[in-house]
Amino acid sequence: MDYLSKLENQSIYILREAQNKFENLAMLWSIGKDSTVLLWLARKAFFGHVPFPLVHVDTTYKIDTMIAYRDRLCKEWGLQLVVGKNEEVLKSGVTFPNGKATRVECCGTLKKDALKAVLDQHHYTGVIVGVRRDEEPTRAKERYFSPRDKNMEWNVEDQPPELWDQFKTDFSPGAHIRIHPLLHWTELNVWEYIERENIPIIPLYFDNGKGERYRSLGCAPCTGSIKSRATSVREIIEELRLTKTPERAGRAQDKESEDAFEKLRRDGYM
Amino acid sequence: MQPNGSAAPAEQLKIVIVGHVDHGKSTFVGRLFNDTGSLPEGKLEQLEAIAKRRGVPFEWANLMDALQSERDQNITIDTAQIWFRTPKRQYVIIDAPGHKEFLKNMITGAANAEAALLLIDANEGVQEQSRRHGYLLNLLGIRQIAVLVNKMDLQGYSQERFDQIERDYRVFLKSVGVEPKCFIPIAAKHGDNIASRSAQTPWWQGPTVLETLDQFETAQPPTGQPLRFPIQDVYRFDERRILAGRIESGTLRVGDRLVFSPTNKVSVVKTIERWNAPVATEALAGESIGVTLTEQIFVARGAIAARETEPPYELSKFKARLFWLGRAPFARGKTYKLKLATQEVECEIDSIERLIDSSTLATIERAEAFVGRNEVAELTLHTKRPVAFDVHGDIIATGRFVIVDGFEVSGGGIIAADHYPRRTADSLQKSHNIYWSQGKVAAEQRALRNGHKGRVVWLTGLSASGKSTIAVELERELFNLGRHVYILDGDNMRHGLCSDLGFSARDRKENIRRVGETAKLFAEAGVICVTAFISPYREDRDMVRRIAPEGSFVEIYVNAPLAVCEQRDPKGLYAKARANEIKDFTGISAPYEAPNQPELELHTDQLSVAESVARIVEFLQRGDKVSDAPQI
Repeated sequence: MDYLSKLENQSIYILREAQNKFENLAMLWSIGKDSTVLLWLARKAFFGHVPFPLVHVDTTYKIDTMIAYRDRLCKEWGLQLVVGKNEEVLKSGVTFPNGKATRVECCGTLKKDALKAVLDQHHYTGVIVGVRRDEEPTRAKERYFSPRDKNMEWNVEDQPPELWDQFKTDFSPGAHIRIHPLLHWTELNVWEYIERENIPIIPLYFDNGKGERYRSLGCAPCTGSIKSRATSVREIIEELRLTKTPERAGRAQDKESEDAFEKLRRDGYM
Repeated sequence: MQPNGSAAPAEQLKIVIVGHVDHGKSTFVGRLFNDTGSLPEGKLEQLEAIAKRRGVPFEWANLMDALQSERDQNITIDTAQIWFRTPKRQYVIIDAPGHKEFLKNMITGAANAEAALLLIDANEGVQEQSRRHGYLLNLLGIRQIAVLVNKMDLQGYSQERFDQIERDYRVFLKSVGVEPKCFIPIAAKHGDNIASRSAQTPWWQGPTVLETLDQFETAQPPTGQPLRFPIQDVYRFDERRILAGRIESGTLRVGDRLVFSPTNKVSVVKTIERWNAPVATEALAGESIGVTLTEQIFVARGAIAARETEPPYELSKFKARLFWLGRAPFARGKTYKLKLATQEVECEIDSIERLIDSSTLATIERAEAFVGRNEVAELTLHTKRPVAFDVHGDIIATGRFVIVDGFEVSGGGIIAADHYPRRTADSLQKSHNIYWSQGKVAAEQRALRNGHKGRVVWLTGLSASGKSTIAVELERELFNLGRHVYILDGDNMRHGLCSDLGFSARDRKENIRRVGETAKLFAEAGVICVTAFISPYREDRDMVRRIAPEGSFVEIYVNAPLAVCEQRDPKGLYAKARANEIKDFTGISAPYEAPNQPELELHTDQLSVAESVARIVEFLQRGDKVSDAPQI
């Protein structure tokens, strides 16, 4: 079995475990390449169906074309969409683009708190997230089934053992489990799979005509593009095989302090 | 566009780095990445800047120790995974903590690996976790291991020291069944013998670490083993009913007859389901697929599909080797959840055969029956209901399990070989291993008190031939004559003892076997046990004849021509069978094999019920009077 198929089969197995074990299950969809591959894998796991709602945490600072792409796929694939927004903070204007919050504080309210509000409102006990170990060092320490307590906090010093595909599916009331079916994929694997499966991907990843493209998608004010002439999936794959620049190099919020991202994630960020 | 960069690696190998705390695992990984040019751009500068800002010396280990608490304490707390490539393939490097406190994280890392690098500090030599990790690697099923003797610089790159550590550690590893591929002298801090040969060890002729990695083999799914297809879930997204799961071993094909443990229902694979993939009639170990069946039988999560000829064991007691990670001990008398493949069942400790200190391999003597944190035990587990399993040495995926205590996965184990009986095809032979317990009251004494022998009166014949009617009248007649008599009713049996069985050929056979076994117990208790089952197969009736106490089996062929039976048809079954509403109906669409030499044959198209009953009573009385009248 080739290694892409190995990755795929493992992800399908995890998705099916999640579907069986959680009554209130949802999948986060950031519209980026990873969560779109995850969505594709869900359709693989459930034979063309997506048996749970997709949660999109909308900061309103997303790049415009992302929302159009989101709504198009929802229609074409018959997806059930739940949008989460931190209306209160948006109204008060205490955000990074307004200069009233740091990048990390802004991520904390518009993404993390908005997510918590959606989870609380819909009582989701299982949340599928498309993070990968190779993205970022604290994600490298993640589990496939990773518990968050009732305050959404990640107790990274005391994670459950995970062996032989027997996952943590028992947890105390109020807690929820983050499920990470893409944990073992690399950025390159994701693109190789997009190519193999011919998955429709948002064009922001390709050269915009000015020799620039996005490598990682986030909010417009905090996401930089990279210099690239790649106009196809194949060209992105070739580019990634040679690059030594980290994937999230264009994500400014990771760099505010040494452990900025760790703190965000401990508090419940994706 | 043609690829212009490096060729795509064709495979991926997962390697875990283990060893005692501070023996240099994380440093080794940092150096390996640096020396193979695998560090992301700016990473080295970033780590150096952080060290400078914090006023501490630069540490390679900080590449993997991503948590603030890890950097603060200079220890690895949790396992992490990181990727790099050689021209041969892609590697996933799993760094595992060496501190005893974080053994569960080490196991999490190691359980996912295909090969292991075990680091030993040349200064300190073999330490507690060096031994424990070696032992656990073997228990976790990792067979490809290389030992890196690190910090050789602190021992002046002494060959003597290296040889001594190799000797010491080999002896220990051998005692736990581990044969390392090689020992390599390294100094991770300086990169000696990692990516290139070191000038400091001219005496070393063996491979570098990188060469050793490329010599490891990737694990392939066991496609050649017996089929095990554990069901994860059953989906009905449209009109199809799809059984979803991952093939853990073997190969599954359209048309295969599958038996599902633990219900033992049988059906045939109609289709193999995948989405956005070419239609195929075959699926191999490692594939997450779905199947549909030709005959709709009740199957739920937890069932394990196998071929009829090579089923798993199905028992509620088995032997295992187990490691315990829970804060509270694994104690006898307490109930836990056991998860094996997709099965979940309550279990408890039956007995602990041996408690082992995994760092010394010494037996722990303890009066109370429990397994403490980080201890290993050889024990027997008892499950509340039977589980389907294999011996770990035969099929890995169905030969291992985890134990959940409360909300936490707290231990894991592998199933040890033993003389387990198979429940299925060879169930008649297997009984030889179980000794029949003999009471002090002999059959003759019972017969003397009762005035008659215990019997199995087996009525066989077509549906509507008159078996049940005769059985009911026979029971009343014998009862009135003062006999101990009881009817085993087919429907009643299916409500209780045989409620897990369907109507496939296999299930019918099993039904008859259970009826036979039950009838035998009645007969041994001195009762005349009357049964009325179509029991169309000669082989099955002969099986019951062998089961029953010698000389007690009375086969009665209730013989009415098919036309007569069909005309009687009290339940309308023949009509349905003719209309094809019932499949495999005996006499219509399934065979009836008449007895060759029945003890009695009753032509019920000619005899009345009373006449038939009278003949049976007469036969039984004759039997009681002749040879076997009690002689005391």
